[in-house]
Amino acid sequence: MKATLKIDTVLNRFAEAVGPSLPIAIEGNRTRWGLNGLLKPGTSVISAPSGLVEYKPEEMIVTVRAGTTVQELDTCLADHRQRTSLPDRGGTVGGAIAVGHNDLHKLGKGSVRDAVLQLRYVSAEGKVITCGGPVVKNVTGFNLHKLMVGSFGTLGFIAEVTLRTNPTPLRQLWIQTSMDPKIIFDTLQRPSAILWDGTTTWVHLEGHPPDVDAQYALLTKSGKVYESETGPSLPAHRWSIPPVDIFSLEKTLMGRFVASIGVGTVWAEQPQEERKLDRATLTITERMKKQFDPTSRLNPGRNLGNWS
Amino acid sequence: MSFIDKIKNLIKPSVFEDVFVAELVAALSPERVRFDATERFLHSHDSSVFDEGNAGPICFPITTREVQTIMRISEKHGRSIVARGAGTGLAGGAIPLGAPVVVVMTKMNKILEIDIDNRVAWVEPGVINLDLSRYLQPFGFHFAPDPSSQQVCTIGGNVANNSGGPHCLAYGVTDAHVLALEIVLPDGEVATIGGLDPEPVGFDLRGAFIGSEGTLGIATKIAVRITKNPPTVRTLLLSFSSMRAAAETVSAVIAAGIVPAAMEVMDQRITIAVESFVGAGYPTDAAAVLLVEVEGLVDGVQIDASNIREIGFKHGATDVRVAETDNERELLWKGRKTAFGAIAQIAPDYYLHDTVVPRSALADVLEKVNEVAERYDLIVMNVFHAGDGNLHPLLLFDAREEGMLEKVHAAGAEIMRISLDAGGVLSGEHGIGIEKQAYMDELFTTEDLNHQNRLRYAFDPQCRSNPGKILPAGHSCADIQSLKNVPQGVWG
Ligand SMILES: Cc1cc2nc3c(=O)[nH]c(=O)nc-3n(C[C@@H](O)[C@@H](O)[C@H](O)COP(=O)(O)OP(=O)(O)OC[C@H]3O[C@@H](n4cnc5c(N)ncnc54)[C@H](O)[C@@H]3O)c2cc1C
Ligand SMILES: Cc1cc2nc3c(=O)[nH]c(=O)nc-3n(C[C@H](O)[C@H](O)[C@H](O)COP(=O)(O)OP(=O)(O)OC[C@H]3O[C@@H](n4cnc5c(N)ncnc54)[C@H](O)[C@@H]3O)c2cc1C
Repeated sequence: MKATLKIDTVLNRFAEAVGPSLPIAIEGNRTRWGLNGLLKPGTSVISAPSGLVEYKPEEMIVTVRAGTTVQELDTCLADHRQRTSLPDRGGTVGGAIAVGHNDLHKLGKGSVRDAVLQLRYVSAEGKVITCGGPVVKNVTGFNLHKLMVGSFGTLGFIAEVTLRTNPTPLRQLWIQTSMDPKIIFDTLQRPSAILWDGTTTWVHLEGHPPDVDAQYALLTKSGKVYESETGPSLPAHRWSIPPVDIFSLEKTLMGRFVASIGVGTVWAEQPQEERKLDRATLTITERMKKQFDPTSRLNPGRNLGNWS
Repeated sequence: MSFIDKIKNLIKPSVFEDVFVAELVAALSPERVRFDATERFLHSHDSSVFDEGNAGPICFPITTREVQTIMRISEKHGRSIVARGAGTGLAGGAIPLGAPVVVVMTKMNKILEIDIDNRVAWVEPGVINLDLSRYLQPFGFHFAPDPSSQQVCTIGGNVANNSGGPHCLAYGVTDAHVLALEIVLPDGEVATIGGLDPEPVGFDLRGAFIGSEGTLGIATKIAVRITKNPPTVRTLLLSFSSMRAAAETVSAVIAAGIVPAAMEVMDQRITIAVESFVGAGYPTDAAAVLLVEVEGLVDGVQIDASNIREIGFKHGATDVRVAETDNERELLWKGRKTAFGAIAQIAPDYYLHDTVVPRSALADVLEKVNEVAERYDLIVMNVFHAGDGNLHPLLLFDAREEGMLEKVHAAGAEIMRISLDAGGVLSGEHGIGIEKQAYMDELFTTEDLNHQNRLRYAFDPQCRSNPGKILPAGHSCADIQSLKNVPQGVWG
């Protein structure tokens, strides 16, 4: 028996649009368009198909086309009190995966890379490739689906993904305090976010209602705590640092900042200094690009290494 | 002729072998380079049923630099290498094909750094899985992946096989717990992939390396996430008068929006074996038992536990017991984790399968598995990670009986097909190794596999790291090329 490819006309049409030659780029909602290099001017731009393919709430998995907005996906999952780890900042599912940035509530929701179970992309040759598998546990061959997360459309264009979903906690609550965020992180069992701007700490609690109340009560024992409508507003630039570095970093480098405690994401007024790959990693990166897109036709101008 | 036979035929004895071994000895030390027949024989197997291995020299490096040197010397001689941890793999991942240098990582077994603030531990790959959790116990932390083999298997092996365990249901398998890796590439270069920050720059090479079964290079340092011990843990034992009822309870729990820390099922045969082996307190008159663990804050745990209890009774549970003491709880887990040891008491040989199916298909698939076993006149036992839909049908046999192994393989092939037909995958945690290569093209097209091969080339353009694994023949022609490179020598 050979694998029978269940590639439908929608995927085929997308593959035809990508085609086997000439430079081509892919857009979601252009909410993170400028990251990792500007697109070469004059490149034609397409977008991925959209729509829900299959949702099995009892299996906690959902399959969607990459062009679906994260908001549409969330709305559909909300009917069954479920969610994924994808961030909703106005973008598409494909964009969120291609960028790979985690949601603000990473401690509670998990990371984007862990959500992707199966993925279909169109290759530089214009073919539909399937990787991963449609179940929650899987060690069957090489993890191409992991490689695609955060690859900014430079190895293939994401067409369709199967994501792990999770139950949405029954109770969610933002609180605000001036307590030391480190102490809060050590005190709480499983907060979904702890955000700190150098003075104020915002904590997002979620779970069974009595658990949320108990955690809230625990914090009031050590300091003053207020309920809050939302978390803080976030500055534009995103930093990624080892979690505890936020306490030693020279804050003037960042300007106004909001740090995710225990995670290491920092939103700051100033951009993070360019992070470098070591020599051997750069070599693998360049070989990877050559293997998947030998003529650099996919998203030309975006660069995650040093390729030409 | 099988693929394996073909590979064996490619290996020709060599007169240059002495030079090769001498270079390795000079780089390491005489005690840490072995090439006697006994050692070679011992390192030609892992814990799978396959015995096609053919080990070259066996090296026991103690530093990253030594691993680099081994890689460079091997490259110079056009030889391949295979990393090895504790050799508990069940898919033949560590079986050496084409007389490669076997690089045994067990002497690189130091816990290098515990960084509680960042929730990270840096370890060498030879650290035994359970040793890390034991070490972390006083700090109130543990390493979440807990394969049943955790008393012996190495964290390097866990990374290479993306291993799972009962408690991976809520916490995720190894991949979710590895932040960064130092790896030595087949050309001897060292790369650090991933990072302690949440969104490391560049491609997720860390994610590509985990689960690659030693084919992309050798991990020499691993940064793992450490997990806070939960304040409250509750373990429930549900008994059922049919396997179907147990399986349906499992999907009903998930469908109700509860994700327990673990959900494990054992059928009656294995429960009886476990009971006579460790006396853990399992009921031996139930057709199936379901072990469920919930953890977290005290109230939520209480709510989940009582909901699970209710769901269980609604789906036909005959009894639901809650472990009252830590001791009782530990005994139940000891029973579950020594299930395979218990089997060894009953049958001379067993073949442990590993497939994943959608949770809602569990009951049907298990019935079909039983039909297959009956048709082949084999005893099958089931003990598995039910919450993930990860089946482990265990076929008992006596390999000394004529034609028995063939029968076991044929039954195993049918079990795999049943799982695939149900919308599942080939392996949930043991990997492909040499065991399931031939089935890869039932799940993936030629083009899909070609792309997997491209990922492989980016790390290892000459395909010298653990050649002949994962991808089926034809997709890894360069692997076969590197197997051909074995020069004339003493290895047969
Ligand atoms: C008003 C506003 C405020 C925001 N604020 C923040 C903020 O404060 N912090 C923050 O971190 N983010 C912020 N975002 C960014 C965030 O929204 C996105 O993250 C989003 O998930 C990216 O999706 P997109 O569809 O817009 O992708 P795009 O921006 O269209 O594309 C991003 C990259 O992914 C590639 N890509 C897109 N689709 C695919 C595909 N199918 N296959 C392969 N590659 C693909 C593109 O080529 C491009 O390189 C903000 C967005 C908006 C609109
Ligand atoms: C009784 C029993 C119970 C088991 N239970 C489980 C279970 O519950 N869950 C589960 O997932 N597995 C289980 N296994 C399978 C096995 O224990 C795991 O796959 C384990 O992670 C292998 O570790 P090891 O150190 O023995 O690796 P080995 O068997 O020595 O090697 C496995 C693979 O890893 C590669 N490798 C080893 N070290 C490195 C390194 N440093 N760098 C790169 N590659 C490397 C090897 O080349 C090989 O491909 C079980 C096995 C047995 C015998």
